[in-house]
Amino acid sequence: MLGEYLPLFFLGVIVFGLIAVMLFLVRLLQPKRRSETDLEPYESGTTPTSFARTRFSVKFFIIAIIFIIFDIEVVFMYPWAVVFKELLNIGTFIFIEMLTFLGILVVGLIYVWKMGALEWD
Amino acid sequence: MLTDIAIIITKIMIVIGGTFTAVAYLILAERKVAGFVQERYGPNRVGIWGLLQPIADGVKTMLKEDITPAKANRIIYHLAPAMVLAPALVTFAVVPFGSGIDAFGRHIAFQIADINIGILFIFAITSIGVYGVVLGGWSSNNKYSLLGGVRSSAQMISYELALGLSVVGILLLTGSLRLNDIVEAQIGMWNVFRQPVAFMIFLVAVFAETNRLPFDLAESEQELIAGYHIEYSGFKYSMFMLGEYSNIITASALIVTLFFGGWTVPFIDVTKLGHLGAFLSVVSFAVKTGFFLFLYLWVRWTLPRFRYDQLMHLGWKILLPLALLNLLFTAAWITYV
Repeated sequence: MLGEYLPLFFLGVIVFGLIAVMLFLVRLLQPKRRSETDLEPYESGTTPTSFARTRFSVKFFIIAIIFIIFDIEVVFMYPWAVVFKELLNIGTFIFIEMLTFLGILVVGLIYVWKMGALEWD
Repeated sequence: MLTDIAIIITKIMIVIGGTFTAVAYLILAERKVAGFVQERYGPNRVGIWGLLQPIADGVKTMLKEDITPAKANRIIYHLAPAMVLAPALVTFAVVPFGSGIDAFGRHIAFQIADINIGILFIFAITSIGVYGVVLGGWSSNNKYSLLGGVRSSAQMISYELALGLSVVGILLLTGSLRLNDIVEAQIGMWNVFRQPVAFMIFLVAVFAETNRLPFDLAESEQELIAGYHIEYSGFKYSMFMLGEYSNIITASALIVTLFFGGWTVPFIDVTKLGHLGAFLSVVSFAVKTGFFLFLYLWVRWTLPRFRYDQLMHLGWKILLPLALLNLLFTAAWITYV
């Protein structure tokens, strides 16, 4: 059982090792910095004004919240889809069941839609 | 046991080496295609037909100065490129790129890990890439990169829903998350003919996931100059590029695996042909993947960029309901027809 995941463990170790080694070797090769102005944030050549730690549109946050809810519902559908054909032999209950679940999801989507959370202007 | 481990390591080396080579030549191909589309030559100075250009580029990025902005959050700033590159290299592990051969007294599958949750693994790992993008944009402490990172993360999570839902149709037909099962279920009939709507949704969503034109709002040069990696230079910048292009390759391979029969060859049963069959299956997989890589470049030089409201409109109000309808229709079809 765990044997299936052994290659993934090796792969993870190798990938992280590779990245670490590359970063270390490149550090030896690259030139050192030349001046103080190199270290300023790039703002198309003008002198930078204020920090970038400012407020940004709340819409991005709302989208993230909606995403979490819907993504969890999508993940619930994966096991359902995998066993769908097997359980269909017993009866159509599995179809009706997911229809109910999908119905609730669609009501949620319509609500979000009508509340204007998906509008960008 | 030792032979098993040696085989695993060899496969990992082949896949990582292959990905790096493919990325290098995909970037060259992109510049060549861009050249031909715009009626110019593209890179043609380094080597014959510019074929050594990727090596020159690689050496150049390694020798360039690596700047850490004075106001950046240093730890996150250094970790972000690795958080983009590492998931991009790991996702290819579960994609079967050939039928496999019998050698050393065992069957060697052309796939690093044949796990029974293949698709879930891919979606789980690719989601981690979002962290690299948004943290890279935020930690640079630059207004452009902050906007680029936030935009990019909102875009990627929006299209992930449509992406995830479009695959459920295939799972209904196949009844397995294992990618090899999905490939074998397509012998004789590709999924693209059974699930054309799912394929269209998947194709569009995958373009948005990989931040490619017409969905490259994270980088939109005219507004944000480069987006989330604006402050990165030298090798860290090229790590972002490596990650992005590895994602494109994995995405193309995934389209082929899910919808175009993966390594199967039409009208030929490669599993009965021994080593020749294994070779043919790899060639078949590579040709199909190559076509979708070309499609990426083709689309890039054909379509203009979306506006952000259009992007969100397409993702949430068109693709998501369409994916739900497709799912419903597929389930009803299996139940009642």
